[in-house]
Amino acid sequence: MSERRSAQANPDFRLRMSRGPMAVSRIEKARHPRHAIRRLLPYFGGHGWLLMGVVLLVLIYTLCGLTAPILIGKTIDEVIQTRSLHNLPRWALLMLGVFLVGNLAEAASGWLMAAISQRALQKLRRDLFEHLQTLPISFFDSHTVGEVMSRLTNDVDAINQAVSQNLVSLLASTLSLGGILIAMFVLNLWLALAAVVVVPLMFWFTDFIARYTRKGFRELQSSLGKLNGVMEEAISGLRVVKAFRRNESVLQNFRQENQAVYRAAVAANSYALLLMPLTNQLGNLFVIAIAGLGGWLALHQLVSVGMIATFISYARNFINPLRQLANLYNAIQAALAGAERVFEVIDIPSEETQSNGNLRVSEVRGEVTFRNVSFGYHPQKRVIKNFSLEAKAGQTIALVGPTGAGKTTLVNLLSRFYEVDEGCICLDGRDLRQIPKPELRRLLGIVLQDTFLFSTTVMENIRYGRLDASDDEVIQAAILAEADPFIRRLPHGYQTLLSERASNLSQGQRQMIAIARAILADPAILILDEATSSVDTRTEARIQKALLRLMQGRTSFVIAHRLRTIRDADVVVVIRDGEIVEMGKHQELLSRQGFYHHLYLSQFKGEAI
Amino acid sequence: MKHLIKLLPFLKPYWKKSLLSLLLLVVVVLLDLTIPRLVQRIIDQGILANDLSEVYRTFFLMLGISALDTLFAIGNNNTSVQVGESLARDLREALFVKMQSFSFGNLDRLQTGQWMVRLASDTSVVQRLVQITLRIGTRAPLIMLGSVILMYRTSRSLAILISPLMLVAIVLIVFFASRMGPLFLTLQQKLDRLNTVLQENIAGVRVVKAFVRAEHEAKRFAVTNEDYTERNIRVMQFLSTMGPSLSACLNAAIVVVIWGGGVQTVGGQVTPGQLVAFINYLQTAMGPLLIMVNLANVWAAAMASAERVNEILDQQPEVLDEPQAKPLPAEAQPRISFRGVRFRYNGSNDGMVLDGIDLDIEAGQTVAILGATGAGKTTLLHLIPRFYDVCEGSVRIDGYDVRELQQDSLLKQIAIVPQETILFSGTVRENIRYGRPQASDEEVVMAAKIAQAHDFILELPQGYDTHVEERGVNLSGGQKQRLAIARALLTRPSILLLDDSTSSVDVETEAKIQSGLRQWLKNRTCVMVAQRISTVLGADKIVVLEQGKIVAEGSHRELLQNSPVYQEIYASQLGDAQEVEIQHV
Ligand SMILES: Nc1ncnc2c1ncn2[C@@H]1O[C@H](COP(=O)(O)OP(=O)(O)OP(=O)(O)O)[C@@H](O)[C@H]1O
Ligand SMILES: Nc1ncnc2c1ncn2[C@@H]1O[C@H](COP(=O)(O)OP(=O)(O)OP(=O)(O)O)[C@@H](O)[C@H]1O
Ligand SMILES: [Mg+2]
Repeated sequence: MSERRSAQANPDFRLRMSRGPMAVSRIEKARHPRHAIRRLLPYFGGHGWLLMGVVLLVLIYTLCGLTAPILIGKTIDEVIQTRSLHNLPRWALLMLGVFLVGNLAEAASGWLMAAISQRALQKLRRDLFEHLQTLPISFFDSHTVGEVMSRLTNDVDAINQAVSQNLVSLLASTLSLGGILIAMFVLNLWLALAAVVVVPLMFWFTDFIARYTRKGFRELQSSLGKLNGVMEEAISGLRVVKAFRRNESVLQNFRQENQAVYRAAVAANSYALLLMPLTNQLGNLFVIAIAGLGGWLALHQLVSVGMIATFISYARNFINPLRQLANLYNAIQAALAGAERVFEVIDIPSEETQSNGNLRVSEVRGEVTFRNVSFGYHPQKRVIKNFSLEAKAGQTIALVGPTGAGKTTLVNLLSRFYEVDEGCICLDGRDLRQIPKPELRRLLGIVLQDTFLFSTTVMENIRYGRLDASDDEVIQAAILAEADPFIRRLPHGYQTLLSERASNLSQGQRQMIAIARAILADPAILILDEATSSVDTRTEARIQKALLRLMQGRTSFVIAHRLRTIRDADVVVVIRDGEIVEMGKHQELLSRQGFYHHLYLSQFKGEAI
Repeated sequence: MKHLIKLLPFLKPYWKKSLLSLLLLVVVVLLDLTIPRLVQRIIDQGILANDLSEVYRTFFLMLGISALDTLFAIGNNNTSVQVGESLARDLREALFVKMQSFSFGNLDRLQTGQWMVRLASDTSVVQRLVQITLRIGTRAPLIMLGSVILMYRTSRSLAILISPLMLVAIVLIVFFASRMGPLFLTLQQKLDRLNTVLQENIAGVRVVKAFVRAEHEAKRFAVTNEDYTERNIRVMQFLSTMGPSLSACLNAAIVVVIWGGGVQTVGGQVTPGQLVAFINYLQTAMGPLLIMVNLANVWAAAMASAERVNEILDQQPEVLDEPQAKPLPAEAQPRISFRGVRFRYNGSNDGMVLDGIDLDIEAGQTVAILGATGAGKTTLLHLIPRFYDVCEGSVRIDGYDVRELQQDSLLKQIAIVPQETILFSGTVRENIRYGRPQASDEEVVMAAKIAQAHDFILELPQGYDTHVEERGVNLSGGQKQRLAIARALLTRPSILLLDDSTSSVDVETEAKIQSGLRQWLKNRTCVMVAQRISTVLGADKIVVLEQGKIVAEGSHRELLQNSPVYQEIYASQLGDAQEVEIQHV
């Protein structure tokens, strides 16, 4: 009757779905299992009574499973010995009752456990997701998308496997194993001795195999990781691979890793799947031992035939929980290791996220001061050095300078994606660090250098700037960003779905949508980081005119390499190597004949006018 | 099913091994099935007949059988693993090779995320089916069948007695099996959606933060999370009903057998040993029931996966070498000509992206393309290396239509700096060397110098050996672009295509790149898309593109005189050139 449960623990049948790229059942150990368990438990809290119910139900059905073979044996003995049918209906009905109660209890425990475990995992996923969002940008800089994804997919999945299927089985298996052993010893000491031989053998086997599989799977895991890497790059960079005719070498690389995965998989699985036939045979061995020993004992009148039947029934039921325990051991270890990695992320301190809502866009004047700011992505290398700048309310500040001078870095600091190492940045005289980040960012409208659009409709992409904006307002913003005409020419206009990375738009078109999105946000301070670098200059000029009107009286920061773009700025700040080299109005700077003048002139090099 | 059959050829190289595996399996099942028979023998002919030697004989016979059984089982195990993994490897490779053959048009329509899933999980789902079929998938039905036959032979009357219950079990199996497939498919869809939200949030984390949309995203995630959880609970409850109801069936059958068997034992038609064996067989027969239902699920999943795998394998690359395609001769002049070229992207319903382009680019010329956003500049550039095929007209290199050439030989002479910079994770040096891995270190430095990348590379923590992170996040925009330029230069092409490749580079650096290029471009043809007049000044010819048509063509001076569009562009950036000139003088 517990053959059935074995089907679920059978590794062939893990109901595994394609979660992340290439999930394998990771077999590894948690470093602090007890700690991981303690962290996981609260997720199941609040269901205390339900959990008690589950335990009770499991108890009931293991008890039922234990008594059934006894009833079978008793009935057979009675029929053989008394040769009368007098008690048969009673026994049979009793048996039926026990069986059915057992089945019902099992179904009920499954139902309850499904709800409890999935709700707990839902909470865990939610917590992890919400926490991820509070992590600082530097976390995402140092972790690949795949790595982070894997926490929410593979690791949570490992926990899922353990709690949803295996926790109940673990309880049931242990209970029935203990129960069967006790029952055997109570029923017949001699026959029970057969179990004494088989059980240690079994444990030794599983431990032996588990040790090998663990190693095998670890190797498989790492070769899969490599293959994944090769595939991910080859696929996401396929256009470049093609253009540079690297197909052959990429393919060769792939073949090599693919073969390595094959070899590791065969090795790991040959060991892992060995468990099944071996334990099967052990089960047979158990039956054989009982039959042989039982036969001898029966001939010496020490046991009855019914007792042999009972024991054979037990023997069949005995092997499965044992086999499961072996599988469970691995699954639970994997789950704990997964939990550990999940909590590792949850334990990374987050940026503060509370906002006390005491800053209104309308109340902000928009005075921004950088005071002796220094910053470096790595401690050894300063990118911004002793940078001071005062932007008066309503001014347009242009940041120009050679590539890699640190312009984007200043934006990163102003929006507090990174924190300054020294000095401070103030808004209306208040240190930015005293303003909650969400509060601060709500004041800013940022168009980032790397355009990121979501794969939904154009309409939703622009609306991302202000969620409660009406369709009309979205279209108005698109018109200001000069995006309206081309959007209308798209197959479904504003309802056109953008493909992944918006590859069905031209580069300039993507930027214009990002600008529309920032315009819609209606910010107190606008930051444009090379927002129109791929837009042609005529369109750019029109966008600028619109922005100028829009930003009347609001502070804006504009980074651009086309100097024409920044000619009308109130202050032009020339940055080189993280330092200000010049500052002033366009005309002033030109007449100063310094670096800016030099930059400006380089636009005309080669032109013979 | 037809999708799985289509994948059958992948199994062909391993048919001998598969057959061996199945044969071993049949032996294992047969041996397994003898055990209850022998237990019956011990009881009936040993114990009840009071024959100890029969007990011994049977006991050792069983031991022998069990040992043999183990050997065969291990053999089956190993062969099935080998077949399954070989198949998975071959499938992965076939998919990968197919993807590599895809042209840009195919790529536009597929999403990277989906590909990874297809390559990884869909192949393993198909593999699992094969492996299971070679093991438990065949074993379970065989054991059931064997047990039923043996039950019938052990006691026909008892077998008939429980046949109604067997029917009920079969109905239950069919019911569960038919429900399972769709249930899991929807679960998979919900999961896909959950993952999409997740991936977007991680990839777009800066935008989410910049617009303070954490709450909004959390809500979005909560919805998909709830959806998925609810569905998952339903699936699991379905599963936990399935098991007990099937075993209730089995248990009822046992009770019936004991009752009916008891009556018959007393009546003398059935021996006690037969009764025990019959129950034993019954348990062995019904045991695999649940496995059968799970098998249905494996089959359903495999069919769905096979369909998705085939979807890729069946796709034809849009751009394919003609059978009689010739290589582009190495000494071919880098002359490019467009004749009446019209082009539109697949799936876009509005007008042509390129509409009647006639353009001649002589060998050694540098031609600049200017035009509004979305005018079709990138598209035009992509037609030269035949990333897409024209809809009408032709693109020729030295008189050869690109469609008549082997694309590889064509690409050998062309290098492109794409508008969107894609770098690979690896060192700076590896990235520059990407187009010509055998290039020497000096050549790498030379290319970097022309691209004005050398200086900043030296300032990086480990110079040329600095690691470039995923998507180049540790480099500034202009730095990435210059690496891409160096990468293209290093391949020493005869045709260089630059797609707005200095948009994030400051004007001074750009001017330096330009003057370095001028030297390098001797005897080479260059087509560059640009926005800044300063970039195009040095070009032999400037082409102005508007909505897919060429509206002006000529040198800077000519255009400045005759082309109103060009004048407008000029005014939009250099309107005050004179003013500077005046101050300068
Ligand atoms: N996440 C990062 N980790 C480490 N170094 C970085 C990171 N981002 C930028 N840098 C380095 O910091 C320096 C300044 O980069 P930044 O992006 O601020 O330049 P920029 O002035 O915006 O240049 P561009 O005009 O090319 O965009 C560069 O040398 C760059 O390599
Ligand atoms: N892969 C694609 N699928 C469908 N439509 C596309 C695709 N790529 C570009 N388009 C459309 O074709 C038109 C021309 O695009 P293209 O990229 O050639 O413009 P462009 O002149 O290079 O613009 P930009 O200066 O902004 O880069 C645009 O309207 C764009 O929306
Ligand atoms: Mg373009």
